[in-house]
Amino acid sequence: MSFTNGNGRRNEAGPRLWADGLTLGYADGEVVHAVDLVIPDGKVTAIIGANACGKSTLLRGLARLLAPRRGVAYLDGKAIHTMRTQQVARELGMLPQSPGAPDGITVRDLVARGRYPHQGLFRQWTRADEEAVEAALGATDTAALADRRVQDLSGGQRQRVWVAMALAQDTDLLLLDEPTSYLDISHQIELLDLLADLNRERGKTIVAVLHDLNLACRYAHRVVAMKDGRIYAEGEPDEVVTPENVREVFGLECEVIPDPLTGTPMVVPRGRHAPARSAV
Amino acid sequence: MDEIRTSGARALALPRPAFAIARPRLRRAALVTGALGAVTAALFLATLSVGSAYIPLPDVLRSLSGVGSNPGLDFLVLDLQLPVALSAVLAGGAFGLAGAIFQRLLQNPLAAPDLIGISYGASAAAVFAILILNLTGLAISGAALIGALAGAGLIYALAWRGGISGYRLILIGIGVSQFLLGVVLYLTARAELHDAREAMHWLVGSAGRADWTEMYVLAGGLCLLVPVAWALMRSLRALELGDDAARALGARVETVRLGLIAVGVTLVALATAVAGPLSFVGLVAWPVARRLLGSGEGGVLAVSFVGAIIVLTADLISQQLLPVALPTGVVTGAVGAPYLLWLLATMNRGGIRG
Repeated sequence: MSFTNGNGRRNEAGPRLWADGLTLGYADGEVVHAVDLVIPDGKVTAIIGANACGKSTLLRGLARLLAPRRGVAYLDGKAIHTMRTQQVARELGMLPQSPGAPDGITVRDLVARGRYPHQGLFRQWTRADEEAVEAALGATDTAALADRRVQDLSGGQRQRVWVAMALAQDTDLLLLDEPTSYLDISHQIELLDLLADLNRERGKTIVAVLHDLNLACRYAHRVVAMKDGRIYAEGEPDEVVTPENVREVFGLECEVIPDPLTGTPMVVPRGRHAPARSAV
Repeated sequence: MDEIRTSGARALALPRPAFAIARPRLRRAALVTGALGAVTAALFLATLSVGSAYIPLPDVLRSLSGVGSNPGLDFLVLDLQLPVALSAVLAGGAFGLAGAIFQRLLQNPLAAPDLIGISYGASAAAVFAILILNLTGLAISGAALIGALAGAGLIYALAWRGGISGYRLILIGIGVSQFLLGVVLYLTARAELHDAREAMHWLVGSAGRADWTEMYVLAGGLCLLVPVAWALMRSLRALELGDDAARALGARVETVRLGLIAVGVTLVALATAVAGPLSFVGLVAWPVARRLLGSGEGGVLAVSFVGAIIVLTADLISQQLLPVALPTGVVTGAVGAPYLLWLLATMNRGGIRG
């Protein structure tokens, strides 16, 4: 794979973010093995897979949070690990799995911290920062919460606030690690609708690690299924989410039927305790 | 299509003149800092005025400016009281700032330099220098600096598990403190009575025993370290969200953390050399400053002023209000210990993460 042009500038024909033989690991071993992956621009990509398959690690590697052992993640044709961290942060936002909010911090203050990469020692706060914060609060429907303390919010509100912080960072690329965890079903839908809006209305490229296969199929243009630190299958939802792939990736027997609303694949697990009922 | 996408995505950040606009919070920070500075200045002058003998304020100002003063008053103001007032401001400021650095970095109100063992590193080395090496003056400062750095290095190394967790660092710091306290007690126990008294006096901490050389070193250190702290503490706004989130926001996590620890440790060491450990100043200053500021913004100068105010007040209380003049450190301890108890009693109710 080669999307770089000789002078290291962004190749208009190629994608902005891609991985070439990306191998990642921690002190106790290798977790992601030589992954080649292209993140399509302006699309929503969902990464799925069983627990501990390397989804989050891959996302961290793509976002420059983890240095590769081998291989390279490219952003705009440049190896992301040779770029200045602030420069990356102006192009690519990443919401980690469980970020911590300091005690007593207000929603507005937290969201304002998303402007950090756009500030400098002597360029502390500008009207553009103020507007980006207001826009992020508006887009996530959290403007009414702006002066509340983050610790007093419900889980769903808090997750929206974190997304608002990532939005205030104002990057075209947005990576989210399990943004729907700890949310009930209505808040999951609400959050994914928000991401879909950002993708459609602002053209943002979104990559999210998701647990719920049906929601992943519904909201993502592209699904990447990982198994044991490798990409097992990738493509459009109905190419990837098949009974065979679900069996291989999750070790689960299931039926895949079309979602009655969207027509996207819907996984119906078999399980051992699901006796067939007569149709109503 | 690509054009539309790009322009749409960038609509949030239209190029605009990069002038700063005053937000209410920033205005409040400026106001609070100014007020704290004024209180510090007032207490500073009060210390000069009522210190050893009552000297009217106009005479104090005349002595300070050197215009039309008389030698007798000059001696009282410049030679007796000025070192006390200056060392209270400098050491108080340094302890306050160091406390804010550690508490914000480790995100724990218990992470004061005197609780996590850094002050004890300085103390043990200084006592060793006084009692065993018979050093004086600047050499004690040097020993305190080395001791503080060594103590901090030891705590950091013991607490490191592929990263630093605030709680582990604090617990290990407490353990190291106890070990170093043992060293201090052993050294004083086997010293001559006179030397041991001197060492104990040093260990309690007092604004009244400063040496000009040590004070110059601390003043120079503050001039250098306050701007560095200011520059690095900007990144705490990102670091406080956790390492991954901070990196995603473009903060250089390791550089900032190590830099801030180095600044904090150096501040503690230099201040300890001037005024002794002065317990609890670093513990109390930041919570007070943060309450006044109302948010995490600004704060480097504000917290330094709060530290200075605490030590100036403690010194005034110990010299003027108490029947027997006590070392400043006794008064700061008497105020700080109940705060620590209150903190421990309420902490785990307030949902502070462990």
